[in-house]
Amino acid sequence: MPPPAAIAGPWALAAKPMPVIEEDRTTAAAGGPRVALRSLDTLWFQVAGTVCNIACAHCFVSCSPTNHTHEMLRLDEVRRHLADAVRLGVREYYFTGGEPFLNPEMEAILEETLKVGPATVLTNGLLLDPARCARLKALDDASDHSLDLRVSLDGYDAATNDPLRGEGTFERILGGVRNLVAAGLNPVITVTEACHEAGTDDGKERFFALLRTLGVHRPRLKVLPVFQLGAEVERSGGYESWQRLRDSDEPDGGWDHLQCSSCRMVTDQGVWVCPILVNEPAGKMGETLADTLGSFPLGHSACWTCHVYGVSCKT
Amino acid sequence: MPKPTDLAAHRGLATWGERLVPLGTFRAATAEAGRRLTPAEREAAVVSFTRPAPDPTPVEGPYSRIAVFGGVYNNRFGLAALLEDAAHRGAEAVYCLGDLGGFGPEPEEVWPLLVQGDVRAIQGNYEESLASGREDCNCGYTDPRDNHFAEVSFRYTAQGCSPAFKAWMGGLPRRRRVRVGGRELLLVHGSPRRINEFLFRSTTPAPFLEVLLDQNRCDGILCTHTGLPWHRRLASGRDVVNVGVIGRPANDGDLRVRYALLEGRPEEEGGLAVEIVPLAYDHQALAAAMRRERLPEEFVETILTGWWTTCLEILPARERAASRY
Repeated sequence: MPPPAAIAGPWALAAKPMPVIEEDRTTAAAGGPRVALRSLDTLWFQVAGTVCNIACAHCFVSCSPTNHTHEMLRLDEVRRHLADAVRLGVREYYFTGGEPFLNPEMEAILEETLKVGPATVLTNGLLLDPARCARLKALDDASDHSLDLRVSLDGYDAATNDPLRGEGTFERILGGVRNLVAAGLNPVITVTEACHEAGTDDGKERFFALLRTLGVHRPRLKVLPVFQLGAEVERSGGYESWQRLRDSDEPDGGWDHLQCSSCRMVTDQGVWVCPILVNEPAGKMGETLADTLGSFPLGHSACWTCHVYGVSCKT
Repeated sequence: MPKPTDLAAHRGLATWGERLVPLGTFRAATAEAGRRLTPAEREAAVVSFTRPAPDPTPVEGPYSRIAVFGGVYNNRFGLAALLEDAAHRGAEAVYCLGDLGGFGPEPEEVWPLLVQGDVRAIQGNYEESLASGREDCNCGYTDPRDNHFAEVSFRYTAQGCSPAFKAWMGGLPRRRRVRVGGRELLLVHGSPRRINEFLFRSTTPAPFLEVLLDQNRCDGILCTHTGLPWHRRLASGRDVVNVGVIGRPANDGDLRVRYALLEGRPEEEGGLAVEIVPLAYDHQALAAAMRRERLPEEFVETILTGWWTTCLEILPARERAASRY
């Protein structure tokens, strides 16, 4: 598929150098304890591949306008996986990238998905013009299931956000949020802990206050830790060799607190164990969902982050 | 400050963990990775994954009409009204899906009503927490304000329940199976999978429910836990009912609480009739008792307005949009 026209533009200035490291300290393909898939509740689609209209300094999949590690998913590919998902009893669908709204079929994909379950789109908010927001609201209204938007923001102002997400992005993200609110949609703001104090009660209050100034009466916030992968390696360093799960780390209740016990991720290259490991060939479990119903080894350093921080990428 | 990158750096390259590798190297590795089952193996994998687990729960009944409620939340006035209404409507058996405590006053007061009313109850997360000595209600809130009120409510209830009442709660089963007419219904608190799983209407799609019904080999699921009642008749003709709660209104400005009445029907008439019943009770007496006990005014406001003031964080986008706060 040719890249959409939307990806050329000044936001490309936000791009940062990619580290070229000979030795990879993160992968231990076969080792580690194994986690079973208890139920397939959450199905993710890397719907824009790794293509994004910005290049955030902390992006664990190093998405950028020129990163084609994973390409965009087509509607017919999504439809094929949805048919499997219905048989497996999937409860909710999530769409990420890259920037999902770079995918020219994104709204058709959402319409198709909303026939079988609730959908959430993780977006950087830069392509949310009033017309698109109105169409998204119409999709939500027409469905028995809810359509939720999650907009990424990494600071309380331009001075804190823009070094991470790119020059001028703070104002543009806020513009996207305003457009959603004006259309009657109440997005969840997603913040990473790359943003100073985002995880503290004070930090959350600062975001709530900011959202109220945008007309959001019931502010919703999701805070995620950073994964020391991709672009983040260059920003803050990668994992240390001790940051790995061992059999002895298994809690009394087993590994069911990990999202990989109830999720899978579809990309144009196949089906992966979770949304985090899509740049690891070892994270790929098969070609179709039916191939991926077995267990997975928690051998990656990112698995350690999920366990220690209790991460779930879903809302 | 890192210097701006040449955006062509990615052209022909892929990120693999911490490394940049030629795109072809990544693609070759992913093509080899994972399993590739044959079509027959795929079919077998899906069938096996959705196969029912054995459930030794005995089947009660059959009845032609039952009343089912959840979430008493210490509301003895609501419970008394329910027992009277269910009897008046000819329910042959009355079932409670758990969460006896929370929000309301004097928790022990509901116990004699449940026993005298011959209510067949299962454990909710509240009973599980109280009986096992947990420090919280296990609702899983993350919002600090929700957690504060959940703590107030749980601590008050824990202090107001005698060891004998807590032991009785601990002896309640986790699920029941009841035959109504020709239909076998599974009664659970949150979901058949987890005691504290929320089944909200907008986030509980039909395909998910069909598989859940298959896996539990039943014709219907009755649950509570969210506080918001709904009923869905699935394409397979089976039913899922969140019976709501009788402890506080359903966050819609109506002061009445809700329960479910289920009646067996001939298969040609649908097999099962489901009615979500709005129930008036002496809410003024409840509010007065709550104030006497110095429970938070936020809890009293819900009783007197029909709108929730706390524990809103757990609501999905659509249910939240329909609420006042």
